[in-house]
Amino acid sequence: MTTETQVIDEGGHDHEHAHSPHLQHHFDTLDQQFNAGKLGMWLFLATEILLFGGLFVAYAIYRNLHPEIFEYGHHFLDPKLGGINTAVLILSSFTMAAAVRFAQEGKQGMLKLCLVLTLCGACGFLGIKYIEYSHKMVHGIFPGKYYNPDEHILEEELLGAHGHGAVAEHGRDHASSSGEETHGEGAHEESTQSAEASAQAAPAEGEFVIEKSQIVEAPEGPEGMVGIVHEKPELPKRPEKAHVFFGIYYLMTGLHGIHVLIGMCAIGWVFFRSTRGEFGPDYFTPVDLVGLYWHLVDLIWIYLFPLLYLIH
Amino acid sequence: MSEATAHHEEHHGVGHIVDWRVLIGVLVSLLILTWLTVKVTEFDLGSLNIVIALVIATLKASLVCLFFMHLYYDQPFNSIILVSSLLFVLIFILFSLLDLSAYQSSIIPDYISSLRDPAYPLDQLK
Amino acid sequence: MATTTDTLPGRPYGEVEGNYLTHERGLLSWLTTVDHKRIGVMYLACISGAFLLGGIFAMVIRWELFSPGPTVPGLNADRYNQIFTLHGAIMTFLVIIPGIPAALGNFVLPMMLGAKDVAFPRLNLASWYLWVTGAIFAVTSLVMSAADTGWTFYTPYSTTTQTAVIPMTIGAFILGFSSIFTGLNFIVTIHKMRPDGLTWFKLPLFLWGIYATAIIQIIATPVLGITLLLLIAERVLGVGIFDPTYGGDPVLFQHFFWFYSHPAVYIMILPAMGIISEMIPVFSRKHIFGYTAIAYSSIAIAMFSFIVWGHHMFAAMSPLANMVFSAVTFSVSIPSAVKVFNWTATMYKGSIRLATPMLYALSFLFLFTIGGLTGLYLATLGTDIHLHDTYFVVAHFHYVMVGSTMIAFIGGLHYWWPKIFGKMYSEKWGNVGCIVTFLGFNITFLPQFVLGMRGMPRRYYDYIPEFEALHRLSSIGAFIMGIGLFVTLFCLVYSLFKGKPAPDNPWGSASMEWQATSPPHYHNFTKPPKVGDPYDYTDLVWDPKSEGYYRKAEGQGAA
Repeated sequence: MTTETQVIDEGGHDHEHAHSPHLQHHFDTLDQQFNAGKLGMWLFLATEILLFGGLFVAYAIYRNLHPEIFEYGHHFLDPKLGGINTAVLILSSFTMAAAVRFAQEGKQGMLKLCLVLTLCGACGFLGIKYIEYSHKMVHGIFPGKYYNPDEHILEEELLGAHGHGAVAEHGRDHASSSGEETHGEGAHEESTQSAEASAQAAPAEGEFVIEKSQIVEAPEGPEGMVGIVHEKPELPKRPEKAHVFFGIYYLMTGLHGIHVLIGMCAIGWVFFRSTRGEFGPDYFTPVDLVGLYWHLVDLIWIYLFPLLYLIH
Repeated sequence: MSEATAHHEEHHGVGHIVDWRVLIGVLVSLLILTWLTVKVTEFDLGSLNIVIALVIATLKASLVCLFFMHLYYDQPFNSIILVSSLLFVLIFILFSLLDLSAYQSSIIPDYISSLRDPAYPLDQLK
Repeated sequence: MATTTDTLPGRPYGEVEGNYLTHERGLLSWLTTVDHKRIGVMYLACISGAFLLGGIFAMVIRWELFSPGPTVPGLNADRYNQIFTLHGAIMTFLVIIPGIPAALGNFVLPMMLGAKDVAFPRLNLASWYLWVTGAIFAVTSLVMSAADTGWTFYTPYSTTTQTAVIPMTIGAFILGFSSIFTGLNFIVTIHKMRPDGLTWFKLPLFLWGIYATAIIQIIATPVLGITLLLLIAERVLGVGIFDPTYGGDPVLFQHFFWFYSHPAVYIMILPAMGIISEMIPVFSRKHIFGYTAIAYSSIAIAMFSFIVWGHHMFAAMSPLANMVFSAVTFSVSIPSAVKVFNWTATMYKGSIRLATPMLYALSFLFLFTIGGLTGLYLATLGTDIHLHDTYFVVAHFHYVMVGSTMIAFIGGLHYWWPKIFGKMYSEKWGNVGCIVTFLGFNITFLPQFVLGMRGMPRRYYDYIPEFEALHRLSSIGAFIMGIGLFVTLFCLVYSLFKGKPAPDNPWGSASMEWQATSPPHYHNFTKPPKVGDPYDYTDLVWDPKSEGYYRKAEGQGAA
C-alpha cells in the first residue's frame, strides 16, 4: 500500500489507450471519456440534491413555523433503529468505495465481494425501514389524511423509546395513562426494546413494572389533557398539525427509500457486469458512477437522521 | 505522470486510487460522529441542538464527498457543481422562509378550521 | 485534402454520399438511432406536432372569445377551462421548453463544437423517449377528463378538482427529466468535447445561450419534479403541505412552483437569444458587437433567474418579500438590454440582407423589446396590483414566449434548414410566412395589453360587451397568425420535396457547422473542421454558381 496521494496527469496516457475497446467512437481518449462520465454524474447528483432540496424546504418551513409538531412527532421515531440504519448505510458506502478501489486495481474477486456486501447493506437498511414503517402503521400512523393514531400509542412510545430521563427532561412530556404500567430508569437502549415489546402487548397489560417512586412529576401543570389522574401523568397534547410531521417523514424517508431501491438495481447491474470481468484499471466508470450515486443516498440519510430522529 | 503512476501500485488506468488508510479513517470517523450526534441529543442545549446536529451532519457529508466520492482528488469543477447546488437549495429555503414567516402574523387564526365540521375526522373533510 | 470536393465551390448538386438521412433507412433505424442529428430531427417532428395541437387549442380559445357569451358550439365554461389549461401545458412543457435546445440544439451543438456527437448519445435518445412518454401522459389526460387548473396547477384548486390532474402532473414530471438529461448532456459536451484551440470565447454565442439554459435545466427542473410529486402526494394522501384544509399553505406551493417555472421562462428565452446572436451578424456581414458582453449576460440572466420567482406572487406574498423580489426583478432587465443593444450595434453599418432568417431576427428584436419593457410594468409593485391576472400579463408573456422564443425558433429553423435537410426553401414564401405571422401576432396581442389595462381578467370564459371590439380584433389577429404559420409550414415541407439542393454554406456563416456538407455526413465531418473566430466573415466569398459561400484562403479545396 502506498500512502502518497497524487493526481494523475490528464492526457498523459493518450497513446496507451488510443485503441482501447472501451473507448466510444466520439471520444478521443479514455481520460476524456472518464472525466465526461464523472462530470455528467455530478450534474445528475446536483439535480438529485435539488429534488430532495424541495423536501428540505418543506421541512425547514414547517419546522420553523410549527416547531411543536416536530417536537411531538419525533417521539414516534426510534433513534436506535435510525442510528443502526445510519451505521448500515455508512458501512455500505465504505464497501462501495472499496469496490471502486478494487475495480481500479483489477481485483475481480474482491470487487464482487464488496458489491455483494453493499447490496446486503442496502437490504438491511430497507429491512429496518420496513420494521419502522410497519410499527407505525400498525398503530394508525399513516401519512396525511389517513393519520388516525391509536389513543395508546403515544404513551407507549414515550415510555419505551425515551425512558424515564428523557421524558422528565421534557417536563410536560411524560407518562402513562394506565395505572398498571409504569416506567423505569431504563437506559436509552433498554427502553427501546420495551417500546417494541409494549407495542405488541395490549397497552393495559404492560410488562414492565417499575417502582412508582421513580415516576417524576411533571414540573408544569397539565396541558390540555382530559381525565388526568395523579398516577397517570399527562401526555403532550397532540398539536393540530401533527399529521404534517408524518407526511413529511413519510415523504422524505419514502423518496429516500425509492432511491435506495434504484441504487440497489444499479449495484445489481454493476455486479452482473463484474461477474463477466468487464472492469479493470482502464475501465471502471460504471462502478465509479454507481458508487457516486450510492454515496449520495448515504449523504441524504446523513441529514435525514438528525433532522427527523434526533429532535430535542 | 506515467512514471509516477508506475510505482503507484502498477496503476495505469484513469482516475485516482484512494489510499486504504484514508478510506478506513473516514469510515471510523463517520461512525464516531454518528455516535456523537446521538449522544449530543441527550443534553438540552436549546436552539444549539439543531445547530450542532447540522454541523456534525455537514462534517460527515464533507468526509463522504471528499474521500468516498473522490472530490478531493477530482477536477475542481465537480466540487463547484456540488457547492452551487447546495447554494441554490439555500436560496430556495431562505427566500421562501423570509416570505412565509413574514406573513404568518396576518393569517386569521383558525379560519380554515372554522370551515370544517369538528364532528368529522380529518379524512372525511372533502 | 485537395481530393475532397465537399467545400469546393460548385460542388455538383444532389445527395451527399453517406449523409445521416440516408445512410440507414427504415423507421427502426430512426427509433434506435443514437445520432444527435437524427434525434434532433425526431424532436423537431414531435415538437411540431405538439405545436399544432397547442395551436388548435389556441384557436378554439380565440374563437370562443370572439363574442361575449357562449360562442363555440358545445364549449361550456368548464370545457373552456380545460382547453386553456391544455393550451398552456402543451405549449410550455411540450413545445417551448424543449423546442430550441432539444430540436435545434441537438442538431447544431455538437457540430458547432466540431464534435462527432454529444457526450452521452444513448442518454440523448433516452431523453427523446422520455419526451414521448411525457407527451403520452399529457394526451391521456386529454382523453380522460382534462385538467382544468391552468398550467400552473395552483393549490388548493388542483388538489380538489375532479379532473385528471395526476396524469398531467406525471406527464410534466417525465418531461422535466427529459429536459434535465438534455441539459446535462449539453453541459458535459461543451465542457469535454471541444477540440484543441476552441476556447470558451471562441464558442458561437448560441452555445453560450444553450449552456446558460442547461444550467437552469439542471438546477431548476428537479424542483418542478418534487413540486409535482408533492402535489400528487397532497391529492392522494393529503399530507398537509400545500392544502389548507389539511394544515398546508397554498402560497408555499406557489413558491415551489415558481422556483422552477420562473427560471423555466429563461430556459425558453436564452437559446432564442443565442439563435438571434447567430443570425444577426451573418446577415449583417459584420462581426458580432460585444461578444463577451453577450456571453456573460447569458450567464447573468441564468443566475438572476433563480432569485426573481416571487414576482409571480406579488398578490400573495408579504410586503417584505415583495420589495426584495421586485428589486431583483428590475435588475434582470440589465443583461437583457445589454443583448439588445449589442445586436442593434452589430447591425449598425452592416450590409444587411433581408433573408427570411433575418426577417425573423428583426421581428424578434421588435417583439422582445415590447415583451421585455412591459415586464417592467409588472415588476413594479404598484402597477402590478392593478395589472395582476389580467390580459396585460397574458399579452406580456406571449410577447416573450411566442413573439420572442417561437419566432426565434422558426427563424433558426429557416437558418439551419438547408443544413438539416440539404434543401433550400422558397425565399419568397418564407418571407410571406414571416410577415403574415408577425402582423397576425401583433394584431392578436397588442389589443390584449389594452384589454388588460382596462381590467379584463385572464382565464375568463365570458366578458362584458365593452371589451368585444378588442377581443374581436385579437381573435382576427390569431387567425391571421395561424395562416402565417401554415404558410411557413407548407413552404418548409414543400422544400423537402421540390426544394433546390442546398450548398454547404448558403448564408456565409463562419461557425463550424457550415463546414460540413448539407446534409451532413453521419459522422458530421468528413475531415477535421477548422477552428476559427465564428464571426469573422472576411474571407468568405460568394460563389454564384453554387449559390453559396466558400473560404477563399487557407487552401481549402478552392485555393
